[in-house]
Amino acid sequence: MSTQKLKEIINKVLPDVEAVIAWQEGFDKLNVTPIFITSPEQVDKVVWNAACAQNLASYLPSQKKKVAVVVKGCDSRTIVQYMQEGLIDRNNVIIIGMPCKGIISKKKVQKAINNEPVEEITFTDDSIKVKTPSGEKTLAIKDVCPSKCATCQYPTPIISDQLAADAIQSDKPAGAVYADVAELEGKTLEERWAYFAKEFDKCIRCYACRNACPMCVCQDSCIAETRDPHWITQRLTFDEKLMFHMIHSLHLAGRCVECGECERVCPMEIPVAKLKKKINKEMKELFDYTPGVNPEDKPPMFVFNVDEAKIKEHKL
Amino acid sequence: MSEVAAKELRIVGFLCNWCSYGGADTAGVGRFKQPTDLRIIRVPCSGRVDPMFVVRALITGADGVLVSGCHPRDCHYSDGNFYARRRLEMLKRLLPFLGIDDRRFHYTWVSASEGARWQQVVTDFTTRLHTLGPLHKK
Repeated sequence: MSTQKLKEIINKVLPDVEAVIAWQEGFDKLNVTPIFITSPEQVDKVVWNAACAQNLASYLPSQKKKVAVVVKGCDSRTIVQYMQEGLIDRNNVIIIGMPCKGIISKKKVQKAINNEPVEEITFTDDSIKVKTPSGEKTLAIKDVCPSKCATCQYPTPIISDQLAADAIQSDKPAGAVYADVAELEGKTLEERWAYFAKEFDKCIRCYACRNACPMCVCQDSCIAETRDPHWITQRLTFDEKLMFHMIHSLHLAGRCVECGECERVCPMEIPVAKLKKKINKEMKELFDYTPGVNPEDKPPMFVFNVDEAKIKEHKL
Repeated sequence: MSEVAAKELRIVGFLCNWCSYGGADTAGVGRFKQPTDLRIIRVPCSGRVDPMFVVRALITGADGVLVSGCHPRDCHYSDGNFYARRRLEMLKRLLPFLGIDDRRFHYTWVSASEGARWQQVVTDFTTRLHTLGPLHKK
């Protein structure tokens, strides 16, 4: 069982680090929360199952001392991106990799069980059995997974010091990653505007997507909230909502590692990551760059070529 | 008075101090006739132009945005416009995905001596925007 192996690894690395960041059970089986393990007796609280959705790598830039962190395949891309941007010191991080076959989306599970309270969940390899007051229900993980899992290319962490289970290869076609973006591209300008206008108008500007985003490293200096410079106002109009999402998208240009945290935490179920995925698709085409894959790469907006092979001058 | 016979539009131009602003000045000194829809904002370098400037302008009422800097390799700060090129190209490709016509945004390079070219750029861009009409329906 990989949970057992994970606990063994955590016990082994714990003396060398200030804390080990892992997952523990929350107030019920559906909710998993992060835990900072500092003493051996806490290790027993660690869980590993399909409910472990949080991207724990997000904590790394704010850590002053050496820590160990448990990451899934998708989360490991965050660490690679941090390394590319010089946001962490690799020597101060021990990466415990957790090969993952897909996680569950809490919202999708709750919808499937009509928002009833969860009494018990049994996790198997590709399905979960949820027990509620009105009975038991078995859900296939592929039916209740977030969209990122349906096209996952990196089930095994790209970078890790220890692997807590056997590495797995992706069985999903690489071409499907941007299928949702391509579908929108096929529509007309007006249809796309109508789509985004409807989605972004739902925004309540809680900034949860920004707070959860591992690449939003500006913390308290985020220009969505500063008065100087005063980029956006507190007015709750569509223009300001759109402006906020443009800030988020443009500041992640060529940096978004598609971990899906923004969409996971959005209380209004806005497809926040769509614009970022579109930019990533263009970055792939223009600069053959995929964020968070190779620690030696430089993000495309940080560098330039004197002669850009793919950027043609626009005619009027 | 606008060259184009229609209600004047609001076009914002971000011009680098060293080349394009000089180019616009050359066009003015040469008394080249230009449409007056363009409102110029002088920036130190095209590398100073955050794509957010363009987005903010379009959201808050501009019908079109023009960014112009020194020709690649001619930047006063040697590499500002190389960074600008990547950022603005990214934005140019993102805008139509969001549902904003990318013809409303144009970036180009005009040097301080190219007064005639500046006149051409302004006239063509303004004409294009007049065929598109205003972005914000009142």
